[in-house]
Amino acid sequence: MNDIVEKVVAGDVRTVARLIRDIDDGMPEVRGILKDLYPHTGKAYVIGITGAPGVGKSTLVDQMVAHLRKRDKTVGVLAVDPTSPFSGGAILGDRVRMQRHSMDQGVFIRSLATRGHFGGLTQSTRSAIDVFDAMGKDYILVETVGVGQDEVDVVRSAHTTVIVVIPGMGDDIQAIKAGILEIGDIFLINKADREGSDKTLSDLRLMIEMDHKKYDRGEWKPPILKIQAVFDKGVAEFIDEIDKHAKYLAETAGGLDFRESKSKVRQELGEMIKARLIEEVIDRLTESGDFDRAVESIINGKIDPYTACENLVLPIVS
Amino acid sequence: MKQKRRVRVMVAKPGLDGHDRGARIIARAYRDAGFEVVYTGLHQTPEEIVEAAIQEDVDMIGLSSLAGAHKYLFLAVVELLREKAADDIVVCGGGIIPDDDIKRLKESGVKEVFTPGTPLDDIVKWVKHNITPRQD
Ligand code: B12
Ligand SMILES: Nc1nc2c(ncn2[C@@H]2O[C@H](COP(=O)(O)OP(=O)(O)OP(=O)(O)O)[C@@H](O)[C@H]2O)c(=O)[nH]1
Ligand SMILES: [Mg+2]
Repeated sequence: MNDIVEKVVAGDVRTVARLIRDIDDGMPEVRGILKDLYPHTGKAYVIGITGAPGVGKSTLVDQMVAHLRKRDKTVGVLAVDPTSPFSGGAILGDRVRMQRHSMDQGVFIRSLATRGHFGGLTQSTRSAIDVFDAMGKDYILVETVGVGQDEVDVVRSAHTTVIVVIPGMGDDIQAIKAGILEIGDIFLINKADREGSDKTLSDLRLMIEMDHKKYDRGEWKPPILKIQAVFDKGVAEFIDEIDKHAKYLAETAGGLDFRESKSKVRQELGEMIKARLIEEVIDRLTESGDFDRAVESIINGKIDPYTACENLVLPIVS
Repeated sequence: MKQKRRVRVMVAKPGLDGHDRGARIIARAYRDAGFEVVYTGLHQTPEEIVEAAIQEDVDMIGLSSLAGAHKYLFLAVVELLREKAADDIVVCGGGIIPDDDIKRLKESGVKEVFTPGTPLDDIVKWVKHNITPRQD
């Protein structure tokens, strides 16, 4: 096990690839490894990229990797695509746009399937970020699945959350307003080569200005940039904005190390407890057969599901 | 939740061949069979394919070639996997490939080759019978 930790920290590609698979597949052995890796984390800068399907997230990530590499930074990419609810399979196609970096030893790209997890990421993403961090990647870029309005998991793990929209998403921007507007640190209007980007820009600006009191207090005001990812236009400027946001976090908002941020640690630990509890409880109930027996009883009308649930859960937690 | 291992495969288009219809159809069939399928897109060198397969920790690489360069390209992938001590990753392929070449490819480590007209069902079944997600 320590052997694995050593290899990860030394940046061994195969070991990292396999470890992420083990995390993804829920192998219990990885817990010990993650514990031992934790002291090696906290150095990477994590950027979340989210937005509706097809807005150009993968194309953008590809260009970001190129720019960061020019600055001699190493990069890990986690690209999430949806699992089919019918078959449980998935086509992981984000990589198509990034394959030119495949041979670059300073870049590690990994595709992940949601496997029924909501929130735009996978159950494994948080730990996969830690693994990339421990292997020494300077930047970690996380592309979420095309989000709806309440899929915002990435915020918890990212230093900078980037929301990508495209021109002519009038109604969609209304939808964004409901949920993910608050979480964007930088807004990008991609495909600005298309008509309508000025309208989208003024719509977005209007919504962001509504929070002007926050900005008056010195809080971060999200910039809005028009870009053309596929032509690499505006991407360098966008990365400059990321630098500014990083500087803001470091100087004004309590530092870059999330492991020292009370609110982040709270959220993170809360999520971890939730996931672990569910896992332990369900495992125990299925192994003992109590779960199946309760299902039978509900079907036979002997008990209602509310009582059954209480009967199963309370003895475990009390 | 304890999840059991999923089969992860890669579908790749090596070389200059631009025929991607077959590769896309195969990728979809694999997804519908419950596999996780990493698709690389067109114009990949064997080196790029192998590097990607290692990063993605796939159990199998499926290569598609309709333009005649299969012998060089498929064997280069097999050879590179061996060099990188990653030859636990199975290689199969398909496309327009003459019988003589199929024989040669299989002798050299390509596990199976599927030619035009093979029912998707057979192609999926082959994976189910021959590919187990890695155990260690
Ligand atoms: C459609 C087609 C095109 C389309 C391609 C569209 C696209 N995006 O795919 C277009 C019009 C663009 C095209 C262009 C050309 N084509 Co063309 N094309 C065909 C055609 C008619 C059908 C191919 C096809 O899509 N079949 C349907 C798919 C589903 O079948 P498949 O790919 O064979 O896949 C099946 C199996 O082979 C197997 N399989 C395939 N891949 C894989 C991978 C895995 C992992 C597995 C498990 C199985 C598997 O499973 C599939 C299901 O059974 C063939 C002739 C033919 N009958 O095959 C010629 C053919 C392939 N083309 C040919 C040629 C020469 C060309 C061109 C060079 C110019 C020309 N003369 O037309 C250009 C070059 C394009 C390029 N950049 O490479 C030749 C190739 C000759 C050779 N091998 O030496 C063929 C054979 C025609 C011929 N008889 O001359 N073509
Ligand atoms: N016109 C134009 N097209 C672009 C631009 N950026 C990306 N695209 C195209 O938009 C399409 C989708 O791009 P992707 O990068 O795959 O989009 P995505 O958001 O990652 O898509 P999903 O992962 O499926 O949600 C591709 O055909 C890109 O070439 C741009 O600036 N202008
Ligand atoms: Mg994408």
